[in-house]
Amino acid sequence: MADNGTEKDNEKKKDKQKNVTITIDGQVVTAPEGEILLEVAQTAGADIPTLCYHKALAPYGACRLCLVEVEDNGQKKLHASCTYKVKDGITVSTASERVVKTRKVILELILARCPGDEYIQQLAHQYGVEKTRFKIRFNGEETCVLCGLCVRICREKMEKGAIGFVNRGWKREVMLPFNQSSDYCMVCGSCLSVCPTSAIKNKNIFGKDPILIPSEFEIGLTSRHPIYVPFPQAVPNTPVIDDTVCVHHTVGGCKTCESFCEADAIEFEQKEEVVDIDVGAIAVATGFDLFDPQQKPEYDYDGHRVITGLEFERLVNASGPTGGKIKVDGKEPKKVVFIQCVGSRDKQGNEYCSRICCMYTAKQAHLVREKIPDAALTVYYTDMRAFGKGFEEFYNRVQREGVTYKRRELDDPIEVIPDGGTVLVKVKGYEDVEADLVVLATAVVPRKDTPALAQLLNINQSADGFLLEAHPKLRPVDTFTDGIFLAGCCQSPKDIPDTVAQASAAASRVCNILSKPKLEIEATTAQVDQMLCRGCGFCIDVCPYEAVELKEVNQFGHIVEVAEVNEALCKGCGACSAACLSGAIQQKGFTDKQILATIDALGGIL
Amino acid sequence: MSQLVTQPEKKPQFEPKIAAFLCNWCSYAGADLAGTSRIKYPPNVLPIRVMCSGRVDPLFVMEALRKGADGVLIAGCHPGDCHYQSGNYKMRRRILLLTKMLEQFSIDPRRVRYEFVSASEGQKFASVVTEFVEEIKEIGPNPLK
Repeated sequence: MADNGTEKDNEKKKDKQKNVTITIDGQVVTAPEGEILLEVAQTAGADIPTLCYHKALAPYGACRLCLVEVEDNGQKKLHASCTYKVKDGITVSTASERVVKTRKVILELILARCPGDEYIQQLAHQYGVEKTRFKIRFNGEETCVLCGLCVRICREKMEKGAIGFVNRGWKREVMLPFNQSSDYCMVCGSCLSVCPTSAIKNKNIFGKDPILIPSEFEIGLTSRHPIYVPFPQAVPNTPVIDDTVCVHHTVGGCKTCESFCEADAIEFEQKEEVVDIDVGAIAVATGFDLFDPQQKPEYDYDGHRVITGLEFERLVNASGPTGGKIKVDGKEPKKVVFIQCVGSRDKQGNEYCSRICCMYTAKQAHLVREKIPDAALTVYYTDMRAFGKGFEEFYNRVQREGVTYKRRELDDPIEVIPDGGTVLVKVKGYEDVEADLVVLATAVVPRKDTPALAQLLNINQSADGFLLEAHPKLRPVDTFTDGIFLAGCCQSPKDIPDTVAQASAAASRVCNILSKPKLEIEATTAQVDQMLCRGCGFCIDVCPYEAVELKEVNQFGHIVEVAEVNEALCKGCGACSAACLSGAIQQKGFTDKQILATIDALGGIL
Repeated sequence: MSQLVTQPEKKPQFEPKIAAFLCNWCSYAGADLAGTSRIKYPPNVLPIRVMCSGRVDPLFVMEALRKGADGVLIAGCHPGDCHYQSGNYKMRRRILLLTKMLEQFSIDPRRVRYEFVSASEGQKFASVVTEFVEEIKEIGPNPLK
């Protein structure tokens, strides 16, 4: 419906629209008539500062920062470009002497109102304005520039109007009705996100803190928007809308993102759907979860000073929340302790070795050494398992780089105790070590939903909870169910080369099935002796695959119903043979006769 | 019935013989795992592989008892894990009904036992067998022998 609306609008626009030619800073530009001058100028590459302008909101013209000099019919005038609609033949200069001079005065005025705000200071600094000649009010504590973005987005987009302006003149300010927080404000945080200064944040305008949406990819180290690209290398690399938190999907309104999407690619009507796909084979590569270190209170995990290896990966990553700078409380940690085997090789819990932690801890220690050369690095390990190609060499190299490796017994108690600004790591047999940052090498554990997946696909889990292969040595990628194969950490903890190898094997096993013109079916299917069958249909009731049907046959001139097995559907379980009262339906290879003969032979031994 | 083997009447320790119907996908694989993992369990169990525990006709159980088995174990996949969707449920229903009948034949119903052993439970298979053998030892030899 909305689509039709916009299409019609567009058509109307096209009918009415005619292009005009204007000159911006000596550059000749054509633009549709009636377009906002600021947008045309910005597209043409002009750098115009703004405070109250927002693409998704109606023009307001409050801050006057975007003013430009417009020459129309030989008359030169200053106009706020965010409210000026382009006309044919105008000449615009965005940085003439007059414009810059006036802009400086405006900046001085704004600076007089909000002398303490960082963003305003920066903006003023760009124009060489460091001081203001005007009277500073509010003891210099005011940060709101009265741009009205917060008020407007709340009214125009969120369709709420939960905040507004009160008073007049220099007493004008943004406030909740009666300065009281109410449930009417849904704490969407849109005012916070549009506020160019720190005013909304400082005033805590809603009286309650907006709940940030933790970024799943950054493991909660930063927040994300309701519309977001799941992670940098997502396929397809397009944004998705989280409809559980998107204002439009939860309460309606907003659609702010739509104004910014030049490709018109955002469709709010899209619904998630379940698509049925017919496949010939399935490769299960569902991955793993990480052990929750909170289950081991002795490590005192807080996600801040005591973090997991994966959190450290984000911290050290150049595209991570800190841009690759390892920082705790804004400071580089000078003493870093790594603890291995957290939640793995545990006789009470996960008995298996997690396999990847020894090497990624070595890598992480190496990265800290690279970024903070004077850091003291200690690794507590239980056994070093540098089993892969080049692993031992790398381990030796990291040791040469001055990383202290300290061995402890598996059962030795280890404790991390918060100690003011740092933490104390107590390990049996060693002196207590003070640390600014502790990185825990948490175990690879089966995904929480593995039991449900195993049941869905009719495959098994091994004792450790990972998915079970058909044979540990001879069929390491197959499952007990034909056509379903395993790859990666869903089967057991493994590193990248092993995962790639297993995935390649699974892919080739899949090709094995898909490339054949004919599919081999089960040999132990059921077959019916029609002379014995009396058509009771018990076999039909017990067959889980609907492979048995009754059909009419002519026996000695009588039309009778007998069972018939569809061998392509029959999987050969033999439930029908067990149910058959007359012994008419028999499973090949497991006939009553054959099994009774086995029992009979047992009688000999017995 | 011809007795090919002399009865170990004077043997001080009664060694029961147990016929075990094991489903191919879970319990047989579990028994295999017990073997490959070198887990010890009593050698009294004689496995008969069937594709699914749902294939086990109560007649087979009776026949095994008639032939002189001291106990019969039927093991299949855990509920919900059946390779053939529901064979283990069918087995459970049939065996529960059969145990009711055994009492009428004055056979101790404890001689017939069903268990769920998955392919990863080698240890469980061993403990089930050990426990069952102990129980049968207490009950004594099969009176039908």
